[in-house]
Amino acid sequence: MIEAKNVNFYYGNFQALKDISMVMDDHTVTAFIGPSGCGKSTFLRLFNRMNELIANTRLTGECLVNGENIYQKSIDVTELRKKIGMVFQKPNPFPQSIFENVAYGLRVDGVKDKHFIKQRVEESLVSAALWNEVKDKLKKSAFELSGGQQQRLCIARALAISPSIILMDEPASALDPISTSKIEDLIHVLKKDYTIVIVTHNMQQAARVSDKTGFFMLGTLIEYNDTRKMFLNPEKEETQNYITGRFG
Amino acid sequence: MKHTEEELIFIKEELSQMWRLVLSQVEKAKQSFLNNDIELAREVASREKRVDSFELKIDSDCENYIALYNPVAIDLRLVLSLIKISSTLERIADFAEGIARYVIEDACKALANDLKEELRVETMFDTVIEMLSDSYVALDSENTRLSGKILSKDETVDEIYHNAVKILANYLRNNPSEIECGLQTILVMRKIERIGDHCSNIVEEIVFYIDAKVLKHSNDHE
Ligand SMILES: Nc1ncnc2c1ncn2[C@@H]1O[C@H](COP(=O)(O)OP(=O)(O)OP(=O)(O)O)[C@@H](O)[C@H]1O
Ligand SMILES: [Mg+2]
Repeated sequence: MIEAKNVNFYYGNFQALKDISMVMDDHTVTAFIGPSGCGKSTFLRLFNRMNELIANTRLTGECLVNGENIYQKSIDVTELRKKIGMVFQKPNPFPQSIFENVAYGLRVDGVKDKHFIKQRVEESLVSAALWNEVKDKLKKSAFELSGGQQQRLCIARALAISPSIILMDEPASALDPISTSKIEDLIHVLKKDYTIVIVTHNMQQAARVSDKTGFFMLGTLIEYNDTRKMFLNPEKEETQNYITGRFG
Repeated sequence: MKHTEEELIFIKEELSQMWRLVLSQVEKAKQSFLNNDIELAREVASREKRVDSFELKIDSDCENYIALYNPVAIDLRLVLSLIKISSTLERIADFAEGIARYVIEDACKALANDLKEELRVETMFDTVIEMLSDSYVALDSENTRLSGKILSKDETVDEIYHNAVKILANYLRNNPSEIECGLQTILVMRKIERIGDHCSNIVEEIVFYIDAKVLKHSNDHE
């Protein structure tokens, strides 16, 4: 379970998130939607402590994963990031072979058992619905893959270290409809084993893949509701205006 | 205004035109029945095709709208309501046509006017016509405050119908020669009663669109 309690977040003097509280249950897909700059990515990055890499930022409130405050001193950030995988908008494979891309996290983790690594790489590629397309060219460079394949490779890389949560920031925004639908199907399958949070600008995608949807505006969580309710009968006027395109 | 919004307003306008046509069909069916006006009844029968083509046009416009614009929330509810309302209006027009056909096929010139009055056929007609035009106003003004009032009129319609059955049964016992005519009259009243039911369905659709509440099959219309 992922939980935010009265979260405020600042870049310098600029407050990017305002008093956000929400709970995301295990084995659900939560989508974040909202206009550009409303704080979706900032909020997502809080949960693997990626924002800390940015200078001059400040957080108040609590971010909890399975009831534990992930910002308390005793937390080991490397361990945390193993539990919480992240997939970015632009596929970012490393300049290595397909195999090594997926094995990367395990190697960093000090795993030496070749057999185990091989098995884990295959499992991850299967889960990411990429295995059949790459099984005969695992030694080839990851850059030889198409954009959609690279994105699934990044998902496989995230899966290899057995996280329990996967954060995705616009994972399909640069992909064609077929690759997009593969990623969406994948999300649907993965939610059996993982808790998934996805940021998307594609309203229909949020409707298709998520159980719950959070609508952000200007750093505020305006509405957080069942996706069905959100797209048939949202509670807030602002949500209705945004999802029907009457915004601004 | 967004262009997709203009498209919706356009379909809504088509529905308004259809609505006015159906209202005049029911109104004329009433006049033709009460006055045994075969000429007018023929007009109703011949205009039925226009109602049908409105329904087809609105259906295909709504299908296109859904396919192209993927409406959500209030837009989605509106398109769904437009589809259902137009098909309901078409069925109401069918009933009006059915009534006109009785008149054309020379039903009951024999049925005395004072009996028609006792059966309250005219009031029944007028009540469903009010329901139909009030629900038009409700959609046009996007206001569901009228809904309770319209739904309660349906109860008046049902009451008139059930009373009429009793009155006619009595009458026909004493005037068995008029049995055919009596049966036709009750069939006409049955059609009016069905029009009332369909008007209630329309109101339910409007409430779904505007308030996103589902009244259907809930029985507790206030
Ligand atoms: N590194 C940073 N330094 C300063 N301000 C930042 C930084 N990153 C983001 N912001 C600001 O914080 C706000 C939220 O940004 P964020 O990237 O979370 O928005 P977003 O909802 O993900 O937008 P988009 O949909 O365009 O990705 C914006 O106003 C942005 O300008
Ligand atoms: Mg972003």
